[in-house]
Amino acid sequence: MTDLASPAGTASTPAISRPGLLFAALGFVGLVVPLVQFKANRIVLGEGVLLPGALGAAGWLLAAAFAVGLLAGISARLDYRLRLLIGCAGVVAALLALGATAQALTPPDNNMARVAPATGFWLLMLAFALMATDALSRMHLSLAQRWLMLAGAGVVIGAILWSGWLDGVSVMREYAARKDLFWREAWRHLILAFGSLGAALVVGLPIGIGIYQSPRLRRPVLGVLNILQTIPSLALFGIMIPIFGWIAANVPGAASAGIAGIGIFPALVALFLYSLLPVVSNTLVGLNGVSPAARDAAFGLGMTEAQVLRGVLLPLALPVIIAAVRIVLVQNIGLAVIAGLIGGGGFGTFVFQGLNQTAMDLVLLGALPTIALALIAGIALDLLVEALDRHKPERTEA
Amino acid sequence: MIEIRNLTKRYDETTVVDDVSLTVETGQIAALVGTSGSGKTTLLRMINRLVEPTSGTVLIDGTDTATIAPHILRRRIGYAIQGHGLFPHRTVGQNIATVPTLLKWPEAEIRARVDELLELFQLDPAQFRDRMPHELSGGQQQRVGVARALAARPELLLMDEPFGALDPVIRAKAQEDLRALQRQLGTTLVIVTHDMEEAVALGDRIAVMDKGRLLQYGPPDEILTAPATPFVQALIGEGERPFRLLSLSTVADLVQPGEAPGPAIPPEASLRDALAECLWSGRELLPVEGGGIVTLARLRECATGAGAATT
Repeated sequence: MTDLASPAGTASTPAISRPGLLFAALGFVGLVVPLVQFKANRIVLGEGVLLPGALGAAGWLLAAAFAVGLLAGISARLDYRLRLLIGCAGVVAALLALGATAQALTPPDNNMARVAPATGFWLLMLAFALMATDALSRMHLSLAQRWLMLAGAGVVIGAILWSGWLDGVSVMREYAARKDLFWREAWRHLILAFGSLGAALVVGLPIGIGIYQSPRLRRPVLGVLNILQTIPSLALFGIMIPIFGWIAANVPGAASAGIAGIGIFPALVALFLYSLLPVVSNTLVGLNGVSPAARDAAFGLGMTEAQVLRGVLLPLALPVIIAAVRIVLVQNIGLAVIAGLIGGGGFGTFVFQGLNQTAMDLVLLGALPTIALALIAGIALDLLVEALDRHKPERTEA
Repeated sequence: MIEIRNLTKRYDETTVVDDVSLTVETGQIAALVGTSGSGKTTLLRMINRLVEPTSGTVLIDGTDTATIAPHILRRRIGYAIQGHGLFPHRTVGQNIATVPTLLKWPEAEIRARVDELLELFQLDPAQFRDRMPHELSGGQQQRVGVARALAARPELLLMDEPFGALDPVIRAKAQEDLRALQRQLGTTLVIVTHDMEEAVALGDRIAVMDKGRLLQYGPPDEILTAPATPFVQALIGEGERPFRLLSLSTVADLVQPGEAPGPAIPPEASLRDALAECLWSGRELLPVEGGGIVTLARLRECATGAGAATT
């Protein structure tokens, strides 16, 4: 795979990195459209402000620095480490620029005015983040180095948020207004995502093992789970409200056990149902992938059924099962937003409140942490799968 | 001693193993030969109850195997299969230690046994103990597979095409090593193979199977000189038969007094090697190291089966 536009042998023609060109194009559009929106209050439409418009001479300098970074990324000769550095620096600079414009634009004692990130900011973030991840993916870092990268990114972004530099930005103003609620809903969101995953593992793993051992059950079990998977999430919530409502009202003790038509219970059940298919089918695929010779040898050497399962089949199927955990976790972190609709809590609460009030900043307060959570979970579990896959022959990489 | 009595396995309508009886003496090698689908593997797997017989019994040293829990029985019987079946997530040492660990041997004893076996199979313990199976060559993996089967000093070893995945050169060496090892340990060995040459090279007795039935069970020379059915004859391969016969005996069996010029042949060389030497060097007589000669004429007689060199 080559990203050099120049034909081989002609070293004099400048080599151009095609992804670099795309990132630069994105970034330059980001520089010429408004970086932020200035709004008189949180629900009106604001007016766009460009970087120089907000920061004056410093803004021009900053814009020029962004431009240089983007242009440097076009050269295919640029070292990946340098490319990564520019990408990371660009993301941090974009965040800092956002904070600076918010501080500069907000009139001193005005609690109503809002400075919200606009298209320009998002495009700049996207351009530099893509540049960084593109460089990372080509650097073939070791597992430990990639864990460090993930932790480092978390620490840097956490530090910027913690420092208060961004406090003037609209989303952070929304956060400041409901700090306690935010952390309570964050906790709720984690319970929804991880709780449903845990339940799906507790139920799905035995089902997966069961249909591995009795092939006759495979078709009906997977069939039912497939159908569950195709029910739209809103419809599933709609179905559950009357069902669980009826159970709560008519089965003694059900209501006190937490069963209810709305709230966190039906949300957990829905996420659990969606998680079952990936867990069950990946367990089956993982177990089926174990070499028949290893399985035969395990029995032939005198392991009991349970010892074969615990000592040979499950450890060898584990990477595929963890892959299911990844799918389910990322899927549930996203789907849990919908729980906000039926009073299930989580970040969805802010999203739907924001939509009702046409306060996009409040929507972002729900959406941004959800995206961050899904990203972190996805990357962390990818790294975990790779670590577990170590016993397999190394893939030969070009 | 293993006694297989009227063993039958039926799946629904098809009979895979049909009323087979045979006995393997302690310390002997029995080779089960047949085409695929002949039932030889099923017969082998009924000995350690990986397959439960429909009827019939297997006695090991007089004990009916049906009276022992399958996993306990299997820990007493070595088992090695084609493609070695090593556990890819465990080190070479852990693989070899499988059965001793199941038998809850003391830690130190297991470690000592693993190193002992690695040395026995010419694998340096310090170098190989902590490697993963995928880091080994095919021949090394196969040796680890056999070492694992022998770890708990079983008196009986079952092997299912153990050399099937090896290339011919390594296979010949592996067969030779196995034969020497089996003589040294005195293990009773039942080996399944589709390769008559392998059966002749390894077996004290050969059982020829077809369509679930045992066609003939006897020493290699009997199978080669007096095939019981046309199928056995076909399996031997008519063109190969003289060479197989010659490979059964050594020069020492055929030496006669006399003198001959040219380089001498060692007495432990097979008659097949002697024939090859005659044909390559164009000689009618070969001197034997330590005195005496073999003649091309005698070799020719043996190749027809008439000479019966083994007496």
